[in-house]
This record gives sequence, structure tokens and C-alpha cells, in this order.
Amino acid sequence: MRKKLLVLSLAVTAVSACSNLGVEPWERDILAKPEMQPVASAVDAAFDDHIYFSKEASSGGASFGGGGCGCN
Amino acid sequence: MNIFNAFLLGFTLLATQAFAEVSGDAPGFTLQGVDGEINLADYKGQVVYLDFWASWCSPCRDSFPWMNAMQGKYADKGVKFIAVNVDRKQADAEAFLQKTPAQFTIAFDPKGKTPKLYDLMGMPTAFIIGKDGKILHHHIGFNATDIEAYEHHLQQALQH
Repeated sequence: MRKKLLVLSLAVTAVSACSNLGVEPWERDILAKPEMQPVASAVDAAFDDHIYFSKEASSGGASFGGGGCGCN
Repeated sequence: MNIFNAFLLGFTLLATQAFAEVSGDAPGFTLQGVDGEINLADYKGQVVYLDFWASWCSPCRDSFPWMNAMQGKYADKGVKFIAVNVDRKQADAEAFLQKTPAQFTIAFDPKGKTPKLYDLMGMPTAFIIGKDGKILHHHIGFNATDIEAYEHHLQQALQH
């Protein structure tokens, strides 16, 4: 009985994937600031990406959308 | 139930609480507004459009002109528009309101108690609360292409 409950608990927890950890959507004020963006200069990043593309013949996949408001 | 089972249940509930979605009765609150306190219970018998916004959230900025338009159209028909600000510093909210005027009721919740009560998944989130105080509909985010649907939900709530 105890073992079954433990397995059930672990299974449910695993499925939820700790989804309640971290910053809540309404707490993202600091994360949404421009200085918190992973890319400080869009032009600089575009040059880097262009060089990377010309050297490696691959592009994309190095960015993500959104300003930290949790809505996209 | 022995202690182990109780612990297990508590742990599982805590770990999975993000799944809990607010439905049914809209959680009550009393918050400080621009002039005076705002209590959700005062608007029972009216449809309430409850919006959560912040100064750092750009879709929120996009939603304000639409909410002003809806306020003009539906305030007389019995819809109360309340927009709860979740900025930690009220000065940020006030600077936002200078640039983006609001004709509807603004409430301030710097401690973030109400968004927790309503279990927000994103910003902004708006709830349409029926005359009986039950949540009829909610939408996450504000998308200019969906404004017809938002308005339709408001009309439905008025007929509910």
C-alpha cells in the first residue's frame, strides 16, 4: 500500500514536472527589463549570426521570442 | 491516515498545484484603488471584467485603448471594468497611467496576492465574472486579432 502510494506520488510529481517552481508571471518585472535580455545589441547579434552562418552553413535556433511576460 | 500518507498527499498537492485552475466563484478581494478601496463583493449583480496588468507588460499597454472603448460601450449596460496592477512599485504604475490613460477602475496589488488567488498563467490575464459572482470566462494575453471574441464573451456574460 505504502509502496503503491509512493509510486503514485512520484508519477504525479514527474508528470507535473515541477511546474510551480520559479518566477510567477506577475513577478517578471525585472526579467522584462531591456538589460535582462540575453542579447544586448540586436545589430551585434545579427553580425555574429551572419558570420556563424557563413562559416558553418547553418542559421537560426539561437534565439527565442518574448519579453518575459509569459504570454507567448 | 498515517503521517506518511498525509505527507505524501501534501507533497503531491504542492508539486502539482500549478494544475489547479480557478473556476467557479471568483475569489474576493479588497485592494487600494486610485481613490479609495475597491472591493469585488460590491459589484455582485453586475458583470465584472477583471484585468491583471503591469507597467512592464507590452500587451497590457495594447489592451488599454480597447478596454477604454469597452468601458464606454458597456459601462451603462452593467459591466464593471477593474484593472488590477501588479507592479511592485506603485510609481511604475503611475508613470504608465500618465502615458496610457485609463477610464476604468484601477486597483493596486504590489504584493501580488490577487494574481496568486486567481492563479495567473501569463500577463495580462482577464476574467469575466458573471452577475452571480462566478467566473464565466478568462483569456491569457491580449491579441488585437481576438478582440471580437473578447467582446462576444462580454455580451454573453450580460445575457447569462
